[in-house]
Amino acid sequence: MDNNNARNTREVVVPGDKLDGSNLKPGENTYVLDGVVRASILGVKMVRQNTISVIPLGGRYMPATGDTVIGMVNDIGSSNWMVDIDAPYPAPLHVSEVPWKVAFGDTSKYLNVGDVVMLKILMVDESNKISVTMKDSGLRKLEGGRLVKISHTKVSRVIGKSGSMIQMIKNITDCRIFIGQNGTIWIDGEGLNADVATEAIKMIDEETVRSNLTERVKKFLEKEIPQDEEAEENKEGDE
Amino acid sequence: MSGHSDIVLVDEKGIRIDGRTAEEHRHVKIEAGVLKNADGSAYVEIGKNKVLAAVYGPRECHPRHLQNPTKAIVQCKYNMEAYSVGDRKRPGNDRRSIEISKITAEALENVILTGLFPRASIDVYIEILQANAGTRCAGLTAASVALADAGIPMRDIIPAMAAGKADGHVLLDLNKEEDNYGQADVPLAIVPSTDEIVLLQMDGNMTREEFDRAIEMAIGGCKELYALQKAALKRQYTVDGEEDDSDEQ
Amino acid sequence: MSSEIISEIRRDYIVNLLKEGKRTDGRGVTDIRDIKFEVGLIESADGSAKVSLGETTVIAGVKIIPGTPFPDTPNSGVLTTGAELIPMAHASFESGPPGEDAIELARVVDRGIRESGMIDVSKLCITPGQEVWMCYIDIYVIDYCGNLFDACNLAAVLAIKNAMVPAEQYGKGENYPLPVTCTPISVTAAKIGKDLILDPNFDEEHIASARLTIATDDDGNFRAMQKGGQGSITLDELSSCLDMAVETGIKIRKIIG
Repeated sequence: MDNNNARNTREVVVPGDKLDGSNLKPGENTYVLDGVVRASILGVKMVRQNTISVIPLGGRYMPATGDTVIGMVNDIGSSNWMVDIDAPYPAPLHVSEVPWKVAFGDTSKYLNVGDVVMLKILMVDESNKISVTMKDSGLRKLEGGRLVKISHTKVSRVIGKSGSMIQMIKNITDCRIFIGQNGTIWIDGEGLNADVATEAIKMIDEETVRSNLTERVKKFLEKEIPQDEEAEENKEGDE
Repeated sequence: MSGHSDIVLVDEKGIRIDGRTAEEHRHVKIEAGVLKNADGSAYVEIGKNKVLAAVYGPRECHPRHLQNPTKAIVQCKYNMEAYSVGDRKRPGNDRRSIEISKITAEALENVILTGLFPRASIDVYIEILQANAGTRCAGLTAASVALADAGIPMRDIIPAMAAGKADGHVLLDLNKEEDNYGQADVPLAIVPSTDEIVLLQMDGNMTREEFDRAIEMAIGGCKELYALQKAALKRQYTVDGEEDDSDEQ
Repeated sequence: MSSEIISEIRRDYIVNLLKEGKRTDGRGVTDIRDIKFEVGLIESADGSAKVSLGETTVIAGVKIIPGTPFPDTPNSGVLTTGAELIPMAHASFESGPPGEDAIELARVVDRGIRESGMIDVSKLCITPGQEVWMCYIDIYVIDYCGNLFDACNLAAVLAIKNAMVPAEQYGKGENYPLPVTCTPISVTAAKIGKDLILDPNFDEEHIASARLTIATDDDGNFRAMQKGGQGSITLDELSSCLDMAVETGIKIRKIIG
């Protein structure tokens, strides 16, 4: 991801606001009225290259092809499961998209209502119908651990620049963490450590405008889990 | 609009019973993001009106037969709480609430980019905690802030305000007494970026001249309200004036 | 309340923490959430209160109007309590006339107020046998995050304490405070596995097998109860619920003054 221009002065805009950017092309979450680009969502103004767009500050997660998401089974059919991924639409998981051979009508033997699964968005068609799969590396039914829900708009911050933020949290807390693009995060680790990881992620979710986030999260983690003596060996950390 | 009465609503100096001039609206307070569960919410006070609005969605539309395969539908429910008026209002739907809900949904639908969410529903709930003339406008004003707060894509935010006539004067934003004993009321909502009218009702008796003046005043009031709506939304994301940010992405 | 599905992971997490005497929001098993309240916020009501119990928020308003007494109590005022689970408060609430959850909620709140004699209805007579004050308590849930019974009880109690009988408005003499004799406080316990917790939050409420709401008066006597849920409670559990209701009732009375 290119970071040139990422350090814009942060300007919050609301629907209808003029985005003064003469000669800039209208990007995502904008529209043009009488030759003027305007915002079509509550968010932060962003200029990249010669395009002006708005990064949403909230709203529902909209699935995009290739996203990894964490959801909960909330209904079962004879050849599929319905998975709630906190999107405006349910995500049907067909029996052909799971790593098991499921006989017709045997769906509930494999996944039941209340089970939590990590899936990949295969496709979103033009009428926003979603198809998902559990047949890719890393995708699975999640067991144990705990779930944390954050705004999907903060996921990129939890991950950090090329994974730096999440890697730091994993290293210091020694937790296993999976992040869904839909804002659902699964954390597994020892009691106190998992508490600290949870707190750190909630801290990132709640921060809206303050700077030096990485620094402050690091300080928090090190205060809660002193990293004394031999710098601990980093254990495996998926994702 | 009961027409005439002995009450003086506007004195010789053109001052109204609550001390306002003809073109002044009542005191306005707007807060965005006031509820935990709703996807978006807003609290609005206009004079003695106190209104809460909440938005859920876009979400799966049920009942299913209401789904539209090409766009999201906007459903609105305007409700007056039992203690919001002088006499206790019996809880539940009445014809007035149903009508207001319908025109409010239609006004909102005009600015929401519904085409982005085929088959989904965007649900707007307006609760009138305290009523003092002008609740439909206060409700719509709150609802559009709640929609923006919910991150719903829309082309603009809608302000709504009424103008009317009392004691023969055209007045902005009628209060309860002016509404009860006045001669006309014109609730109006606009899309400020284009000046399009998306809600208009009228009852009473006005000349063409008076009506034109009322519309002009209501549009002026709407534009002032619009600035307050936008400020309320932005305020949520400003911490003590500090507006810096670094590690985006 | 509502049939929300709580994920297996969430359920196991809550249950496992409880085994160590801990809860997901950091509370101890007998801790209640923070109480915040504001009274008199609705000027069109004769009494009103907004209460937050943690993130659950409800508004109660009291309207007092002259009406006809019931034939069997010709000299007593009339008390009516209603609760509305409006769709604003949670994605699972639907609009329409009150369902069984809302009706149970209103009746349980009503029972605590009525049976404790909180409002002295004998002082609400205008003309014996003909006209009395009708006292309507309407409660609206605006944010539902668990334990509506206690949040609604608190809002109703505070709104009643805030209420004035609007006698002047109806030419019935001077306004006077609604005659109040005591402060009934309800305390709800939920049973998860073998554990009892007070003031269940949303997730806890939805995985609990049983629930018990107990209203006490100022003297620590019991005035109303309601057991809910498909699960059962043992006599020992009942006994500790009663103790907790008395102790917590004292704490809550201190908070609301």
